[in-house]
Amino acid sequence: MATLKVPAHVPAPSEDAEQLRKAFEGWGTNEQLIIDILAHRNAAQRNSIRKTYHEAYGKDLLKSLDEELTSDFERAVVLFTLDPAERDAYLANESTKRFTSSNWVIMEIACTRSSHELFNVRKAYHARYKKSLEEDVAHHTKGDYRKLLVPLVSAFRYEGEEVNLTLAKSEAKILRDKISDKQYSDEEVIRIVTTRSKAQLNATLNHYNNAFGNAINKDLKADADDEFLKLLRAAIKCLTVPEKYFEKVLRQAINKMGTDEWALTRVVTTRAEVDMVRIKEEYQRRNSVTLEKAIAGDTSGDYEKMLLALIGAGEV
Amino acid sequence: MALPSGIEALDKAFSGIGVDEKSLIDIIAKSNDEHRTSLRKGCPKLFVEDDNGFERSDQSCIENLKHQFNRFRDAVVLSLLHPWERDARLIEEAIRKGPKSYSVIVEIACTRSSNQLLGARKAYHSLFDHSIEEDLAAHIKDGERKLLVALVSAYRYEGPNVKEAAAKSEAEILYNALNNADETKPLDHEDVVMILATRSKLHLQALYQHYNKTYDKTLTQDLEEGILKDTVECLCTPEAYFHRVLDAALEQDADEESKGALSRVIVTQNELLRKEGYVPNKIQDTLLGFYKDFMLGLIASGDIQENNS
Repeated sequence: MATLKVPAHVPAPSEDAEQLRKAFEGWGTNEQLIIDILAHRNAAQRNSIRKTYHEAYGKDLLKSLDEELTSDFERAVVLFTLDPAERDAYLANESTKRFTSSNWVIMEIACTRSSHELFNVRKAYHARYKKSLEEDVAHHTKGDYRKLLVPLVSAFRYEGEEVNLTLAKSEAKILRDKISDKQYSDEEVIRIVTTRSKAQLNATLNHYNNAFGNAINKDLKADADDEFLKLLRAAIKCLTVPEKYFEKVLRQAINKMGTDEWALTRVVTTRAEVDMVRIKEEYQRRNSVTLEKAIAGDTSGDYEKMLLALIGAGEV
Repeated sequence: MALPSGIEALDKAFSGIGVDEKSLIDIIAKSNDEHRTSLRKGCPKLFVEDDNGFERSDQSCIENLKHQFNRFRDAVVLSLLHPWERDARLIEEAIRKGPKSYSVIVEIACTRSSNQLLGARKAYHSLFDHSIEEDLAAHIKDGERKLLVALVSAYRYEGPNVKEAAAKSEAEILYNALNNADETKPLDHEDVVMILATRSKLHLQALYQHYNKTYDKTLTQDLEEGILKDTVECLCTPEAYFHRVLDAALEQDADEESKGALSRVIVTQNELLRKEGYVPNKIQDTLLGFYKDFMLGLIASGDIQENNS
């Protein structure tokens, strides 16, 4: 469930656009006003505001935000304002560039979005970058990483809840055999993880646990330093228990020396309208402190206020 | 006694693709027992002399006849289906039939637009409760798997931007992959699959031109028969591909697999064929009956339909 709080009576997009314009005018910027508006509108509303702003002032709202804001606060506001599909396309593209390269972000997007959402990302990617997501991912990865990531971003998984238990049994066995032989990037492992529906995969992993005594991710921890294994484990987590995956990303981002603002911003802005409620619950359960408290303790200023607004802290 | 011409006509009515329904009515409906007997005796393809004194039917040939009668029905159904459902069912059938039909999967994945292919993937979900890629990957264990799964999963960019430099360097990569003595088979070569399965069609067509210019032969010529060759043809020279497949279907010794291409290609590409004015050479002579009328109706220019009404 979403933590985004939208007021009962939402002003017309033209009013919001005007208010935002006012927030930019003058010497300073009225950051609080920006948060009050943008952090309290859903995706459709934000799209309307962007459109209206452009019609009224001849400029993309995002450009104005980029000019007026800075640093982590800017990134959080801009990322959140983007339409979800565009946002994911932006993050994915960023992940293929040399200095911001990240297999994890690509994997995260590919595995935690629904099949239709992922396809919308691919469409947005065409429109924005004039090439396909899969060709960029293929071009910027090699070997095992390419073998895993290209099928992950290209998947259009069946989304039904039906499960074939016989198949779950046989595929659990296949996984077990490959893992025992340390064939972590074997074609069959890749096939099962990248093509089966999430419900089917979940059934397979449950059977794995029942039949072989360990959850699959435990068996995949054989080599602590293997980066590919880490990615594979994370992919499996994303596909089956995303809120646990996101809790861990948040925990590591916050506990890190300094803070990993990019990870923090990414998770909060991409999940605020999806499943942040569950992620917060998971966070509190695992860390014995609320996410609000953790974020407040680790960040400051307008950036902190933006994040807290998105995770539902405070009034509308 | 049936006239020799009756026996000849009967043979003819069953000797093409489809059946000559009108001839069959003319020959058989009015014939009496005597006529029928001589028809059977005169048709060794369908009837053999049984020891117990009657002309026994050859069941496998009768089965084949059913096939011929059904071509019109199947073509009609195929053309009524929504293109997404049509492609989804064609792919599902191809997966079931195995290696002989892999080229059908290539054809659909590579000659449809990106959104048409997405539509087929959606329809597949609705019809079969699985994704195309999961069924494909689970059924195919051999070398073709990587390429086929990648092809059906593609959502190619369709705009005009092409990076000539990249097309050129990738032509070189392909050339090396195909002409080097090193052990990796082209189908296993990760760059070969990547280039063919992810690049836009315009990019691949530019690559094709570079290849031709640089190495004095076309990329197609450098490939052996198989899905890799089909892939390149479908992506870079689709009209040539379709003409080749149609001509092969009309060859004397064409097998059922090849003949199946007739309905599939004519129904799914009829607008393209009609625009080109392409009518396969032997279609008039080899097809029969309603099936022939239907196929010609699909690809011949609009005038024909008006004349019939």
